[in-house]
Amino acid sequence: MAAVSKGPVARALSSRWAKPAVFALGLVPLGWMVWLGLSGGLGAEPVAEAVRQSGLWALRLLLVALAVTPLRILTGQPGLARFRRMIGLFAFFYALLHVSVYVGVDQFFDWAAVWKDIVKRPYITVGMGALLILTALAATSTNGMVRRLGGRRWKALHKAVFVAGAAGCVHYVMLVKGWQYPPFVYAAIFLGLVGLRHAKGPAVPGREPRRHEGHKDFHKGLLLKGSPSSGADTSL
Amino acid sequence: MLIKVRSASQASESEVTPRGLFLSRRSIIAGGIAGGAALALGGTGVVTGPALAAPFQAPLTVSPKDPRMDARTPMKSATSYNNFYEFGTDKTDPSENAGTLRTRPWEIAVDGEAGKPATFGIEDLLSFPLEERVYRLRCVEGWSMVIPWVGFPLAELLKRVDPTGNAKYVAFQTLADRSQMPGLKYPVLQWPYVEGLRMDEAMHPLTILAVGMYGETLPNQNGAPVRLVVPWKYGFKSIKSIVRITLTQDQPPTSWNRSQPREYGFYSNVNPEVDHPRWSQATERRVGEFSRRKTLPFNGYGEEVASLYAGMDLRKNY
Ligand code: HEM
Repeated sequence: MAAVSKGPVARALSSRWAKPAVFALGLVPLGWMVWLGLSGGLGAEPVAEAVRQSGLWALRLLLVALAVTPLRILTGQPGLARFRRMIGLFAFFYALLHVSVYVGVDQFFDWAAVWKDIVKRPYITVGMGALLILTALAATSTNGMVRRLGGRRWKALHKAVFVAGAAGCVHYVMLVKGWQYPPFVYAAIFLGLVGLRHAKGPAVPGREPRRHEGHKDFHKGLLLKGSPSSGADTSL
Repeated sequence: MLIKVRSASQASESEVTPRGLFLSRRSIIAGGIAGGAALALGGTGVVTGPALAAPFQAPLTVSPKDPRMDARTPMKSATSYNNFYEFGTDKTDPSENAGTLRTRPWEIAVDGEAGKPATFGIEDLLSFPLEERVYRLRCVEGWSMVIPWVGFPLAELLKRVDPTGNAKYVAFQTLADRSQMPGLKYPVLQWPYVEGLRMDEAMHPLTILAVGMYGETLPNQNGAPVRLVVPWKYGFKSIKSIVRITLTQDQPPTSWNRSQPREYGFYSNVNPEVDHPRWSQATERRVGEFSRRKTLPFNGYGEEVASLYAGMDLRKNY
């Protein structure tokens, strides 16, 4: 591992430009949507298309955030861990944008209609659940909150990210008409990422074989390899 | 009520119908102008042959519910944003992929409970007296358009085959040819797409077979060469690229009902009171507009069609 961490990838990951670069990358979908909106690229129904695009990016970035830890272990690049919080916050940002466009533009702040949708349409109920979770996670994402909650409780709370991911996928599966495959691709990727975390220790390169006592322990195992730069025990 | 359904028999002088539209670009432009004139005329959104040629007149007795009071959806929107799952499930897929559809030669077989079953070639269909009709189209997904169709009453076609006393329903079927329709690769629905109407709905003067829109030949993505338009029902009832029409005694299966019976009924009349489980049907957004508007019962055609459903519980028969 030590040898790897001195490689060019590891150096790039720990560069002081890496975070700004990831931040800029996270804004690309927003820029793309704004560009589409201004150039008529959102098509005949720009409002509906903006809801769709922002929803898709929220889900994509949520999956990317969930991929960070498995990827870190598979590639033996502990430096990846420091981007996870930012990616997760971007997922929250796009989810918030998604719901804001829906509430503020599509429904034009017709709160009665929105409330009816939330309680009557299961796909929206599920989406709302995902958003609430992401909100809680975003609110407790600061180092201060990690300290205040304590690593143990913080970790327990942030496991809810899996519930949010599952809810995001279910939301998507439920809202398409007929039998369409794209939402199942997202769901399969999500399940794959969950599966990777449950993979038996020795199958994961970069980890010395050890006694495996369920996934809680596994996460602890990941923690030991956690990014040296992260002050708190925030690995999942 | 100000709107009166002009029976198709009043559509005299078929030689001034826009049949020429299918021949030259110049008459296409003429059709567009005629469409503008149509806005100013009384009627139900039914503009008969002679009206197409009529000069612009001041509005007569047009009810606010008349679709011609509404701005027409830009043709570009109506031809680039729609559902035609045989060509893909994205709204822009039909316009991107429907180029492979071959609309000539084309035939519709009309059979079943008919005294004189017959096959109509596309030329036969184009020889019916064509009219322009400006109708609202309301999609079950909550968007809507105002489209000037060119077509003729379905009743005219059905009369030709002499329906028997047993003909209680009409079943429709879309082409299902993998070599022309890339979307058939995916089991989004059970192919071919099928739809159905009750006989009285099919014979209603508002129900048309369309062969054109905006004064032009029907674009492939909108269901060329011939599609159904039933303006008081959700858009998916207006089946596209029809190859077969069968008169039946029993209620025929319909694609969306077969796929999700709890969500899509046989009737599927536009009804703001009955929500689709996934979408509220209380409001809709006119494509091209910003805010939503209230959805009208029967898509605003209640005065013409509500009597068809007298005594029926429309919550049960959704
Ligand atoms: C209160 C919360 C939410 C509401 C009210 C909501 C509402 C909606 C609506 C109205 C649509 C469009 C449906 C259609 O086009 O028919 C949609 C699509 C979508 N939403 Fe949400 N959503 C919520 C939360 C979320 C969250 C948290 C995520 C992701 C993690 C998400 C991901 C998606 C995706 C992927 C789509 C489908 C995009 C497509 O059609 O291609 N949504 N949502």
